[in-house]
Amino acid sequence: MHASEIVACVDGPLLVRGDFELVSSTGEPVERTRRTVALCRCGASAIKPFCDGTHKLVGFRTEPPREPDAVEGSQ
Amino acid sequence: MEATRSAATSDEWSFEAPPFGARGPVSEQLLAAFRRPAADADETLAGLPVALADAIAATDDIARDDDLQLSLLLLHGLHYGSVVDADEEWEWHPSTVAARVAIERAFEHELRERVGSVAVPSADAEAVAAALFKLTKPTPGPSVARFVAKQATDEQAREYVVLRSVYTLKEADAQTWSIPRLSGRAKAALVEIQADEYGGGRPERMHSAIFARTMRELGLDDRYGAYLDAVPAITIASFNMMSMFGLNRRLRGASAGHYAAYEMTSSLPNRMLGDGFRRLGYGEEVTDYFDEHVEADAVHEQIAGRDLAGGLAEHEPSLVPDIMFGAVASMMIDGWAAERTLDAWTAGRSALREAVDLGRSAQLEEVS
Repeated sequence: MHASEIVACVDGPLLVRGDFELVSSTGEPVERTRRTVALCRCGASAIKPFCDGTHKLVGFRTEPPREPDAVEGSQ
Repeated sequence: MEATRSAATSDEWSFEAPPFGARGPVSEQLLAAFRRPAADADETLAGLPVALADAIAATDDIARDDDLQLSLLLLHGLHYGSVVDADEEWEWHPSTVAARVAIERAFEHELRERVGSVAVPSADAEAVAAALFKLTKPTPGPSVARFVAKQATDEQAREYVVLRSVYTLKEADAQTWSIPRLSGRAKAALVEIQADEYGGGRPERMHSAIFARTMRELGLDDRYGAYLDAVPAITIASFNMMSMFGLNRRLRGASAGHYAAYEMTSSLPNRMLGDGFRRLGYGEEVTDYFDEHVEADAVHEQIAGRDLAGGLAEHEPSLVPDIMFGAVASMMIDGWAAERTLDAWTAGRSALREAVDLGRSAQLEEVS
């Protein structure tokens, strides 16, 4: 069991949870108000280094497009 | 909402009248009964099952039925607290439980009919998350958030806050009901989201508390139900649906799917809402709520899609159709409420059910 975990979300941010420190490139602490954070990796967030969901607007892909394997079904 | 509960006889019991009124025979009878002790139910709720059955049979659109949606809010309110001041014995009184279930069954039936058949992904967490993200993909075109961002007047922005308060003053509580009804990965995911919703140990950072502060900063009354008379049935129905999904273990799949869809349609609109209030001249005390949700829900949507809904799908594959039902129902009912609001605003009318003076904040009066 590691002290922290980074989830590389498909077509989305990096989700970081556990025991970690978030610092800027000069080593200054980045203020963090929640335990688990989503870090931008599409580059389009307005609140970097955090994700603000903008990846959904810019068509950000982390891998070849995956169509949900949906089948028509009834309730 | 303090009541005198020490008295031994019913004559001495006293419960405060709520700050809102009845909308028909069922809610009228419930509100009158809640002024009296539950021990008087035989008298105060006499004939309720028949009146309720009549009302359910008579309605052609239960999601927009004022009397039935208000009644369901009152009945769920007995579980939540602070909706109506009443004898706490009412919560599990057979007559109120029967009434609640009767309205819920009819409401659920209508929702399932309106949602119809939905595309069901395989019971794989990533497939479920992908299906939910596809379903909730941002769309161009008119929306309440865009309207608030670009052109809402101060009055319309206040109306938005009043409409939102029905759920948001109890934000996340409806979903918390389903925590003990889940297990493993889905439960851990929901607890992780809820811990953040409830401020991570800081009561003043609870989302419901941040929203209450926004209301107070706008000069609005943040007591639950203070503006309920002004809120249309469809907006109450949106909250009732969440409560119903959360309170019925049978509907845990729908609750998870609903929450995932709700979180997935939150970050981007909240940024626009924050921009709208800034455009109107409000500061951080007012916009904090919306700004907080831009960052928070970008986290929550990933956890809710993969681990809550996706984790539940892998653990209980038979719930996948209900996960998708809950998600589609969320988009559908909030879509109806948004359409009503936009129609009113673009026609120059109030989006509220009845006119209420929402005032203007002292802050704006000072600068104007």
